[in-house]
Amino acid sequence: MRLVQGNEAVVWGALASGCNFYAGYPITPATEIMEYMARLLPGRGGVFIQMEDELAALGAVIGAAWGGMRGMTATSGPGFSLMQEHIGYAAMSQTPCVVVDSQRVGPSTGQPTMPAQGDVMQARWGSHGDRPALVVTASSVKEVYDTTRLSFEWAYAYRVPVIILLDAVLSHMRENIELPVLPASAELASPSGDPELPFGSHPFMPFSAATRTIVSGLAHDESGATRGSGIGTANEQILKGAIRQIENDAPRLARCRADRLEDAEWAIVSYGITARTARSAVDLLRADGVRVGLLELHTLWPFPEQIVQALAQRVRGMLMAELNLGQLVLSLRAAAQGMCPVSGLGRADGELFTPEAIAAAMSAEIRQIEVGGRMSHHV
Amino acid sequence: MSDVGADLKRYLRSPMMPTVWCPGCGHGNIARAIATALDRLAIDLGQVVILGGIGCSGRTPFYFNTNAMHTTHGRVLAFATGLKLANPRLTLIVAMGDGDALAIGAGHFVHAARRNIDLTVILYNNSIYGMTGGQQAPTTPFSFRSTTSPFGSIEPTFDAVDLALAAGATYVARTTTFDFAEMPELISEAIRHPGFAMVEILSQCPTYFGRLNKLGDAPDMLEYERDHTVVADEEPNQAVEITRQDLVGNLPVGVFRREIRPEYVQQYAELSRGRGGNYGA
Ligand SMILES: Cc1ncc(C[n+]2csc(CCOP(=O)(O)OP(=O)(O)O)c2C)c(N)n1
Ligand code: SF4
Ligand SMILES: [Mg+2]
Repeated sequence: MRLVQGNEAVVWGALASGCNFYAGYPITPATEIMEYMARLLPGRGGVFIQMEDELAALGAVIGAAWGGMRGMTATSGPGFSLMQEHIGYAAMSQTPCVVVDSQRVGPSTGQPTMPAQGDVMQARWGSHGDRPALVVTASSVKEVYDTTRLSFEWAYAYRVPVIILLDAVLSHMRENIELPVLPASAELASPSGDPELPFGSHPFMPFSAATRTIVSGLAHDESGATRGSGIGTANEQILKGAIRQIENDAPRLARCRADRLEDAEWAIVSYGITARTARSAVDLLRADGVRVGLLELHTLWPFPEQIVQALAQRVRGMLMAELNLGQLVLSLRAAAQGMCPVSGLGRADGELFTPEAIAAAMSAEIRQIEVGGRMSHHV
Repeated sequence: MSDVGADLKRYLRSPMMPTVWCPGCGHGNIARAIATALDRLAIDLGQVVILGGIGCSGRTPFYFNTNAMHTTHGRVLAFATGLKLANPRLTLIVAMGDGDALAIGAGHFVHAARRNIDLTVILYNNSIYGMTGGQQAPTTPFSFRSTTSPFGSIEPTFDAVDLALAAGATYVARTTTFDFAEMPELISEAIRHPGFAMVEILSQCPTYFGRLNKLGDAPDMLEYERDHTVVADEEPNQAVEITRQDLVGNLPVGVFRREIRPEYVQQYAELSRGRGGNYGA
């Protein structure tokens, strides 16, 4: 057991997953990830490079993937906004990579050192056009480690940029965790696939003497060709296929934790750092005899619709607590399909919720529903 | 590139022909010169990656029988940096437009040159944004017209050679599509050069730059290139002085710097070894 910082746990999780390339640009509260990588990667035979901005950082990571290395980058709000063009490029070119966004209060420079969860929609819908999205989060240092491991696995399994959302508190929090013994340097299985069909539902195959791949952000077919009358359809097919693959696997990908929901009449839904507070809010309400439980989301996208639906069928109301002015509550409400009322509790002032505030919001919702009042959106 | 001889065909990706380039476009002459350079160097095509930004110039990677990356506008050197670091055995040739390299991508250009990472930039300078239909570029000469400087540009012209030299590029040359024999020579030399090499090539865009500025068709524009350039003294550092002249007048061409300075990937390999790592081994 060792006291490990959230950002450090990202690094350990990445190295244990064979990550051997890091390109980044410093930004609070993600910088330590880059600083640990700068110390560790050279001695492991991997590559660390500080780029000139975040577009360059993700561009380098994508280039490195095609050169046969496993790459990641980490940033926060302003840098995450800059990265959107290359997140789209990674999606279009089906390049596996991992992007950490340690969220701080936005928009713009906002509050650089204060936690937020305001990037959950950008993580899903940022970058123009339609794309498959895998976005995960965590609420403890141990989970940061596990989530990072899973992210590399998924990035390669689905050939997508996987986004890990942390926040200023989780990034800097220290908790005791068991760290793995890392092999001296990562031995990666050599990729195999059909050099004639580098895109679509084929395994990722970096450039080699056997390939003549054209990687492009232009619409293309499975062979990489970007011209011809059917290109629009062929490209839509690839994107639909990638999106559908994630949808089909959603039950496996939708990771969450149910806490005291077995007998619950009411549910708090939350994620990331806020889920920790929500757990204490459940303690408070339970002590008052309220039958409430917590659904803590680890995978944000694909949104765990089936799990939410099953829950909406058996509880009388749900409350989403999140550090923004009402983002993921929209998806929660859509997934609940009116089967139960859903209200939201949000803030974007750089402070965390107190357990009392979440408990009070849940109690207020319960009172309103019990007197048959209308739902409000507390923000 | 329709005039490419049988000898060069094996360098090209025939299913991608014809190119998107307009008849008479100088970008085809440059692509032909790249093929000639590859032929002279006898490099294994499996070890070459051609990369491009976005623009007419950025389409170059599609036409070569190598691995290829067509990236995003201005940012190709970031992708190239990652690719080269991940696989240092690759020979990278990076096609950039003047807008690509000197406007949206100027920051990346400066830092790739500063690091002296081993790759070759071919800067296709047609003094305009070709792909988007003839807008002003940083290279559009003062008083010249584009669709976004319809009354003549009031901005000073940007010189890619100056920028490359200032940023620390270790091989810097400029030529024109008129100099069809010199192009492959400079490109070969740049590819062989162990560090960041840039060859800027003045290229004709008859469709927009030529038409908007009444410079005639491709042959007239080639003559224009000939008449508005001077061959810089072969002594590298004297040439630097000449580039500060009025760019509308005579633009110096030639080789402006050949210098051996520690290359980035090698520096990194040394760092890694010093830390007990096996990078590059
Ligand atoms: C981020 C972004 N902004 C704008 C564009 C539109 N765009 C495409 S090519 C181009 C300019 C091309 O000019 P240049 O780089 O000189 O290349 P040329 O076409 O002249 O060879 C622009 C502005 C884009 N593709 N991406
Ligand atoms: S628009 Fe100009 S630069 Fe583009 S292909 Fe046509 S002639 Fe060449
Ligand atoms: Mg141009």
